[in-house]
Amino acid sequence: MNSDGHETSEIELLLPWHAAGTLSRRDAQRVEEALARDPELARRYALVREELGETIGLNESLGAPSAHAMEKLFSAIDAEPKRVAAPLNLGARLSLWIADLRPRTLALGGSIAVVAILLQAGVIVGLALNQGSYQTASAPAGAPGAGAFTFVRFAPQASVDDVNKFLQANKLSIVSGPAPGGLYKVKVADSALPKAELDGLVNRLHQDKIVAFIVSAQ
Amino acid sequence: MQTTSDEVLIARIAKGDRLAMQVLYTRHHVRVFRFVLRLVRNEATAEDLISEVFLDVWRQAGKFEGRSAVSTWMLSIARFKALSALRRRQDEALDEEAAAGIEDHADDPEAALAKKDKGAVLRQCLAALSPEHREVIDLVYYHEKSVEEAAAIVGIPEATVKTRMFYARKKLAELLKDKGVDRGWP
Repeated sequence: MNSDGHETSEIELLLPWHAAGTLSRRDAQRVEEALARDPELARRYALVREELGETIGLNESLGAPSAHAMEKLFSAIDAEPKRVAAPLNLGARLSLWIADLRPRTLALGGSIAVVAILLQAGVIVGLALNQGSYQTASAPAGAPGAGAFTFVRFAPQASVDDVNKFLQANKLSIVSGPAPGGLYKVKVADSALPKAELDGLVNRLHQDKIVAFIVSAQ
Repeated sequence: MQTTSDEVLIARIAKGDRLAMQVLYTRHHVRVFRFVLRLVRNEATAEDLISEVFLDVWRQAGKFEGRSAVSTWMLSIARFKALSALRRRQDEALDEEAAAGIEDHADDPEAALAKKDKGAVLRQCLAALSPEHREVIDLVYYHEKSVEEAAAIVGIPEATVKTRMFYARKKLAELLKDKGVDRGWP
């Protein structure tokens, strides 16, 4: 305890860092709460801020080194033996790699990513179309027969009940699935549909929040 | 406008990029100089030392692992250089006398108070602190170092940094009181 009976708390020790703005958000919050409920601590905090301001003023009054210091440094650097490219540590390599990325590079990377995603979707659909022997006990693959079909991947949060309601409401039936990638082959009509009509239907079904991905399978 | 981070500059310096070294020097040399000057109290020595500090940065950039901020790493090097220089001079006792000397030659505290310039007295007292106390106060208040960073620079536990800062402030209050400025604490 101090002479005035005010305990030197952990919070009081943190006041200089709070004034300098270098505390973590959590500690800063603790200090703010203590300052709000303790007027004596708030008075001491005002003293800390006063010291902070004068310390900055004192240091700023110290001036700066002359140009000679820089000349001396670079003369010494020029006199150093030629540097052999030493292997950088992982952090340094990562810093350089990120810094070297330019907006155009990033845009190109983004385009490549989009193409990759589309290719991946195509591969998944292709796999599903040609899955042949892949089937599950819950959804035996039936003969596709006549009709119009789509491949659908449902939203991860959709429940079985949600899916059943969606299928009933839209007069759909699952023919097979799930294929790798979570795709189901879904029959949308008993006979083949004109492309425009099937595309319209796909667009309408895609509006439902339980459909994460849909593509026509005709 | 986006500026190149210190870490990127260090990585470039490690590959021998002289321009990156110039950028880093321009960015930090004044603060490093002031930190060293507050420790060694001699401008010529401080200038020599910052050249040595940045030469070490040039040489050791490839070993920088990014465990601390670049500025923290540089202040650690600067502190080591400054303390080594002080030991070479074997004048740490003289340093204390120099501190007292600054008090003697500075404005008369009563006169300063008469001008209601409490700030001037506070600065006198900040200058009169021991090197150990000056160092921690500068690191926290001027160089904006966190508890963890100050501990890393000085090479002491974080808890010790907190208590050292507290006692530095307490000493400052005592010096102020001796000069007629009673702030009601401690």
